[in-house]
Amino acid sequence: MNFDAIIESLPMYATGIGTTLQLLAVALAAGLLLAMPLGIARASNNVWISRPVWLYTYVIRGTPMLVQLFLIYYGVAQFEWVRLSVLWPLLSSAWFCAVLAFTLNTAAYTAEIIAGAMRAVPYGEVEAANSLGMSKLQVLTRILLPSAMRRALPAYSNEVIMMLHGTSLASVVTVMDLTGAAREMNSRTYLPFEAFLTAGACYMLLTFSLVGLFHFAERRWLQHLAPRKNSFDVSGVVLTTAPRI
Amino acid sequence: MLHGFLPTLLDGTLTTLGVAGASLVIAVLLGLVGAAAKLSRIPVIRWLASTYTTVVRGVPDLVLMLLIFFGGQIGINAAAAALGYEGYVDINPFVAGVATIGFIFGAYLTETFRGALMAIPAGQREAGLAFGMSPMRVFLRITFPQMVRLAIPGFTNNWLVLVKSTAIVSVIGLTDMMHSAGLAAGATREPFTFYLAAAAIYLAITSISLLALGALEKRVTVGLRGAA
Repeated sequence: MNFDAIIESLPMYATGIGTTLQLLAVALAAGLLLAMPLGIARASNNVWISRPVWLYTYVIRGTPMLVQLFLIYYGVAQFEWVRLSVLWPLLSSAWFCAVLAFTLNTAAYTAEIIAGAMRAVPYGEVEAANSLGMSKLQVLTRILLPSAMRRALPAYSNEVIMMLHGTSLASVVTVMDLTGAAREMNSRTYLPFEAFLTAGACYMLLTFSLVGLFHFAERRWLQHLAPRKNSFDVSGVVLTTAPRI
Repeated sequence: MLHGFLPTLLDGTLTTLGVAGASLVIAVLLGLVGAAAKLSRIPVIRWLASTYTTVVRGVPDLVLMLLIFFGGQIGINAAAAALGYEGYVDINPFVAGVATIGFIFGAYLTETFRGALMAIPAGQREAGLAFGMSPMRVFLRITFPQMVRLAIPGFTNNWLVLVKSTAIVSVIGLTDMMHSAGLAAGATREPFTFYLAAAAIYLAITSISLLALGALEKRVTVGLRGAA
């Protein structure tokens, strides 16, 4: 292990972590914004509303994110009207294409998570709201969504981790994210172990920080669905200690 | 159609399927070993298995692949030099790709198989032992058939993610479907057409897998009465 080379490259890794987190934050925020209406539509009983969203999520979830990224980054330049349009300065930027691809991808997965969580809300809650005379919109914004968003937390935390790992694909289209920094260090110094182990360690640190953050959020907002504490259990975690075979 | 590049693309598809299939075999083997290790009575073995699944879940597959491809190259050559070998050993991208993807999905399948094994009541295994079956026979006749049924949903999910993960082997220079699509795109200056074709082939593979594994699940759960 050549620790001097690692220390020398640390500033590059720090910049890379910044880019990775930026990609992740923008893609997740935009993706969530897009996923809310999509998820509500996907959970709709009207097939003319839910089917198109199903098709979108099916296609996105059935193809690799790398293909989606390449279609946007390399693909759209095939059409002259795209190159002549006002959007071209954006679409010719690798950073923007990566964010766009990640956003469209995470929106599909998140829409399915939200739709699944909405279906998991006990129907009695909706009936209770109806009997109190709430309008459809009120039921949605006051009962269904708050309940569904909480229930979606565990699945969404998985999606966030998957996206964090997915952002490493940005390095394939020349974005200098954390993986890009490692590839740069590898090609400069030809020390692949040092380069990629450092990146791997950074990713692990980020992953487990995010996992911890979501555990905190689940304790805060999902406490009412946690397994009931009993006299035998001191820690409150019952499910993790299943019987061994 | 596709300016005569269809055979190239289908050639790449075969490579993609080859990588996926070979990785799956490694992943299933590692998954079975990992699940057994996670349920072991020996703490060191449990700890090793936990480290394995934790590391894999913490690091992107692309980083692991680059580490194994570039790092493995140096490691093997250092080992070869230490053994007195004069030449230079090249790591085949196919081998590096299969090793990485198999290693990664072995960890995910470890969790799938562990969950399935734990869902089988211990009393069934004890009953088998009480009848005088050997532990191996108990595994083959009682535990394994039920484990297959319980593991299918998780397995399906992992297989779909695995197939999509194979796209990144093109980054280390393997001429898979993505690579072929890239070659065709460069030659014809029609990248959208060829990446769209690649997307369609991936979608076909995942759709067929969903149908096939759905049929398999129906078959192995035929003896169960659903609540719905």
